Formats: sequence, C-alpha cells, structure tokens
Amino acid sequence: MADKRTSLLLPKKQGLTRRGALKGLGAAAGIMAAPGFVRYAQAQSSEPIRIGFQAHRTGIGAAYGRWYERVTTAAAAAINDAGGINGRPLEIVTEDDGTDPKRGAEVVEKFANQHKTDVVFGTLFSHVVVGSAPAAGELKIPYYVVSEGYHVASGNLNRYVFQPGITDVKAQVRAVGPWIADNLGKKITLVFPDYAFGHDHRDKFPEKYEAAGGKVVGLVPIPPTETSFTRYLPQIPSETEVIYHVMVGPGVLTFVKELGEFYGSSGPKLFGFLDSLEAVDIASPGLEFLEGSHFWEAMPRYLQPDASDAVKAYRAAVGVDDNGASVNDPKDVSTASHMFGCWETLHIIKHAMEAADYQGPADRAKLVEATEALTSFAAGAAHPQGDKVFNAKIHQSFGHQHISQVSGGKLNVVHTTSIEDGMYEAEADYTTMSL
Amino acid sequence: MMGLGNLTGRVLILHLAVVALLFALQFLLPAYHHGIMARILVLAVFAMGYNLLFGYTGLLSLGHAMFFSAGLYGAGLTVYHLDWGVPAAFAAGLASGLVLSTVVGFLALRTTGVAFLIVTMMFGQVAYLFTLYFGDWTRGEEGLTLSQAARQLGPLDLTDPTTRYFAALVLFTVVLFVTLALVRAPFGRVLIAIRENEERTRMLGYDTFRNKLGATIGSGVICAASGAAYVLLFGYFGSSFAAVQYSILPLLWVLVGGAATTLGPLLGTVLMFYLVDLSNDLLNSRFPDWDVSYLGIVGVALVLLILFFPKGLLGSVRDRWVRWLP
Repeated sequence: MADKRTSLLLPKKQGLTRRGALKGLGAAAGIMAAPGFVRYAQAQSSEPIRIGFQAHRTGIGAAYGRWYERVTTAAAAAINDAGGINGRPLEIVTEDDGTDPKRGAEVVEKFANQHKTDVVFGTLFSHVVVGSAPAAGELKIPYYVVSEGYHVASGNLNRYVFQPGITDVKAQVRAVGPWIADNLGKKITLVFPDYAFGHDHRDKFPEKYEAAGGKVVGLVPIPPTETSFTRYLPQIPSETEVIYHVMVGPGVLTFVKELGEFYGSSGPKLFGFLDSLEAVDIASPGLEFLEGSHFWEAMPRYLQPDASDAVKAYRAAVGVDDNGASVNDPKDVSTASHMFGCWETLHIIKHAMEAADYQGPADRAKLVEATEALTSFAAGAAHPQGDKVFNAKIHQSFGHQHISQVSGGKLNVVHTTSIEDGMYEAEADYTTMSL
Repeated sequence: MMGLGNLTGRVLILHLAVVALLFALQFLLPAYHHGIMARILVLAVFAMGYNLLFGYTGLLSLGHAMFFSAGLYGAGLTVYHLDWGVPAAFAAGLASGLVLSTVVGFLALRTTGVAFLIVTMMFGQVAYLFTLYFGDWTRGEEGLTLSQAARQLGPLDLTDPTTRYFAALVLFTVVLFVTLALVRAPFGRVLIAIRENEERTRMLGYDTFRNKLGATIGSGVICAASGAAYVLLFGYFGSSFAAVQYSILPLLWVLVGGAATTLGPLLGTVLMFYLVDLSNDLLNSRFPDWDVSYLGIVGVALVLLILFFPKGLLGSVRDRWVRWLP
C-alpha cells in the first residue's frame, strides 16, 4: 500500500539535471528543517483520510449495522485499490453507538476530538442521526448519514449534516403512489406504526396517490407496543382495494401471518415497504401470504436478469449471492435496500474531497461547500443503485425506486420509477446557514 | 466519638475538594474528555436525584426516566415550539418534574416494596408512550433538536464547550450541596429511619407518607433539572430518554458508586461511562476480530464490582475504612 501511495505522488518524469537536483535537494532540506514541517509534510503525503464510521453494532440496529459495516469495508477497499482520495488512502475508524442517540452524540465527539477523523459517516437509525446532529454542527465536522429519513431534508438539522447517498422516505412514498393507483387499486388503507416513522408514511403518501386518482379510505395506526394485530384488522374498510403496510421490527412476521389468516385467499392487494423485511428471508415460514404482493425496494435484493456490470461488481465486492444473502451463509440475508447507501456515500465523500482539494480538518468548511456544489451522480461503479440528483439546499439526493412482486419466494422488479417521480420542492435551505 | 462540628468540617472540605477538582479538570482534560465530563456531570445530577429516593429513603423505583424526561420535554418543547429563553425553559422543566412527581408520588406511595417498583415502572411506561403518542409535537422516537441560536443564556453561548462545562458544574455543585444539606437535616434523618424501619418511624410519631412524598418530589425535581439541563446544553430530546433503559441507568450508577453516599452517584456515572468507552477501545484495538460486544466486558466488570464491593464503591469504602463519609 505504501509503495502504491508513494508512486501515485511522484511527480511526472521531466528533464532532470544534476544542478537542478542539487538545488531541489537543498531547498527541500531547508524547508524540512523548518519547525512544524514534518507533520505538515506527512499530512500532505501519506497520512490516511480518516472516516469515522458510526456503526450500529449493538442495539436494535445491529442487523442493519452488520451489513453497513461489510459494505463500508468493501467500499473503502475499492476506493483504496483505485488510488485512495487525492492519492491518500482511506482509513475507516469504527465506533459502536449502540443504536442510541445519547451514545451517538458522544461518538461524534470522540471522532472529532479524540480520533481526529476528517468526517463522520454511516448512521442509519433516524433517532441516532437526529441525536448526533447537534454535536456534528457544534464541532463543525461534516456528518454524512445513510438514514433514509426525512429529517435531513426537513431542514431541522444543520449545515454539516448530509444525506447524499440514499433517498428519503418522502421521495420514496411519493414515487410509488401513482403506480399503485394505476396498477393495484384506487382505494387504499394505510396500516402503519403509530409514531414518527409511521406518521411520515401517513402524511406524505396521499398527495401523489390521490393526484393519480386514488383515495385513502382508511388509516389504521398500530400502537408501538402491540404484538398482535388481529383486533385492528376489522378497522380496514370493506371497500379497500389495496392495503399499504409498513411495519418495523419482529412484529412484521406476526402481522403478515394474521393478515393472511384474516382475509384467506380473497383479500385486498398488498403493497409494503421492504424496511419491514430487510435481513429477513422472504421464504420464511408464515410469509407465504406475501406471494403475489408488491414491495418497494430501493435496490433489488435478488439479482435481476438485466443487472448492469456495476451492480454485479458491487454485489461481488460486498459479498452477496444472487438471492441477496451472504456468500458465506445463505441464511444471513442482506439489507440490500439500505446498505448500498454506504457504498455510494463513501464515493461521494471521495468526490467532494477531491473537488475541495481537501488536506485536513482545517478544510472541513471547504468540504461542506464542495459537497453542496455537487448536483448529480451518474450510475456506474460508484453508484450501482442508479443515477441521482442532489439538491444542495436540503442536502438530499433523489433517485430511482423499484417496485417488486413476490413470486416463488423471491422479489422480481416489475417497475422502476423515474427520479422526477419522487422529487419535491425544497422546504429549507441549509446553504444560507453560517459555516 | 468525634464531635458533629468536626465531622461537618471534614465533610465540607471533602465536597469542596471534589468541586475544586472538577473545576481544575476544566483546564486539564483533553477536548474529548472535557466534552464528555460535561455530559457526565449533568447525568450525575440525575443519579443524585435517584439516590435521594433509592439510597436514602429505600424506595426502589423503575420509572425515574419519566422525571428526567419531564425536565427534558418541559424545557425542550417550550424552546422548540414557544421560543422560550433558556431560564424560562429550565423553569418549565423543573415545574414539569414538580407536577409529575407530586402526582406520581401521591398515587404510587400507596404501595410499598415490589408493588412500588411495578407501579413506578408502569407510570414510566405511560410517560414513554405519551412521548410517542404526541408525535406531532415531539417527533416521537426520532426526537427534535434545538438550534445553537436557541441555546443562549444572555451573553453566554451554552454550545461553547467551556461555558457548557461550567454550566454543568454549577448545576452539579448546587445539587450536590442541596442533597448534602437535605440528608444531613432532620428531614434526611427521617428518610433514613423510614428506610431502616418504617413501622418504628411511624410509631415515633413521624408522618412517613408525607416524608416519602417529600423525598419523591425532591428526587423528581432534581432528575427534571438534569433532563432540562441536558436538552439545553446538548440540544437533543427524544423518546429514547423516556424508555425503561433510562430508569435502569441511574439505578446502576448509584449501585456502582454507592447508594446513600453523596458522592457515589458521580463516581458511578463516571465509572460506567468509561467502562463502556474503554471496553469499546479495547475491543477495537486489541481484538478487532472478536465477535464480542462491549456489553460483555461491562457485564463481567459489574459482576466483579458487586462481588467485591457489595455496597458500591463508596458504600464499601465507608463500611471498611472511612466511617464519616456522608
């Protein structure tokens, strides 16, 4: 690795004379004797770019965290193999945040003040992101999250928080609305957990669905401590043509089973968000009721026949088989619709650092501005999920969404939305905040 | 036997020395530990509030996250939605804690022992669900942040690390001396008597219900002060602070440091924080390939601690060597 770095930094061969070489050596010796130079020289040439990876190794996010860590390691290796960032290697410094917002904020402080990382990256769970954001803003350390929540785009955080590598829930639900109205049914009932995550779906889904001629005929909020759902199912109006379900945690298996038992084989059509079933095998016992139903996916879990070379290379690098499970353990199912965000975000950090000619923590403000100067990302090796448009005002990317149907215990993509399908007007402008 | 005056002098000197040490740390600690110490001081206040009810009065509650959250939300929501200034928001946090602890104390103190534990846990769970249920105002589990501009106290910027440390130290010092005065006053003696034998205390003519209610309210308000300070100094409030985990944590801090000791809560909070932090560092640096969580190391350390220091660190120190420790 050291040899590779050195070779990358050597100037191109030019006509070299003995006199020139002596002058150069003398000048270099003089500069190097000056106090403070050694560290600066090292920072310029060989010190790695240090990325603080805020990982959910324990707590409720551990299943996601495990895959986020694998993808991050793979992405860092890919970037280093291609020459690093500005010729400097990438080093991932990992700290477990316990999927806890209090610890998350402490971890951000640790990255900034103790590990002296250049940026913080990789958080998924929205409460950890929101809990950590004030620390990132106060310490003025760029914080690139891979969270999917609307919290960044809402404008409620601060100028140092970015979500450039994954789309947010508002864009996702808007993108799929018209397709559901056109293909599954015009009368829909939303079944959602009765707290912020579910409320985002409740509040942000109807606009585009109703604009396409659909109508939300029922809302069934499920209290957060509920473990059995049978008594809520009679609340679903009989005119319902489509049930939109988004549940989190282990309750989803019970929910799907009870829904199947309630309706038998003649119920409304189902449309779900794969968040419920990330890291869960679709062929698990009890999930056979899902056969024929549709799901949103950000990135297909199962290798699709038309997959690009970039997608295949990405899957090979992170170690998933054609079914989206670990190549080492077919039961270890990936979190495909989220984890690609780590891969893409690391590449975006590289892109922004190179654009800013980033040298070290003193250039963090420049890095923020360089990230804000980004406008789009082309599909390819760095962006296997697809091309994206970045809105600097709200620090949020917009991209394609997939709708997949369960068939034979697998998910097959039946529709891919355009980027425009999910776009919305910015409701904030981080770029006007001071750095 | 030594005179009371002598004892008071020693005790005062010890406590002043601890405050002086904490003051000095402001100038000595590296940036990371300096920031963390400010958090620890605020959370130690939470533990001190818990200690008043658990350590001195002998009432084991598993719902104290609700008092911390009352302060957290009382201060956080008034700043976020009503644009209140820091002093008014802090007062709102204290008032929320006062009202909640009065109501909960009045109802829960009708029970004793295990029933008290369960009733407080249930109240705590209700408070937690309230924070989720009113998600339109609280954003539930996701929570809300307070901008840096909203966290100014006159000319003082509470987001500045130095100011924040001093603010935390002032709160800690005030609560430390208030609890010291409380437990050494006749009121505190009655609480200890209730802990040792409630029937006998009642026979001596004390209204034990009123004293226990007083302890619950005092404990609730101190915990609320910690919650209010936490949101105003660190800028985030969310439902996770109201979950049962945050009722267990102060119990753990107090047990580790020493129940019914004035300085035990601080020691326990510091130890527990660094146990987690250093376990993580140890695993990252020495055993990166081990599939072991830091919780494993923390668990083993706690078992050893309880085996060798059954009354917590300062409790056991008091039993064995320093009898005058308050």
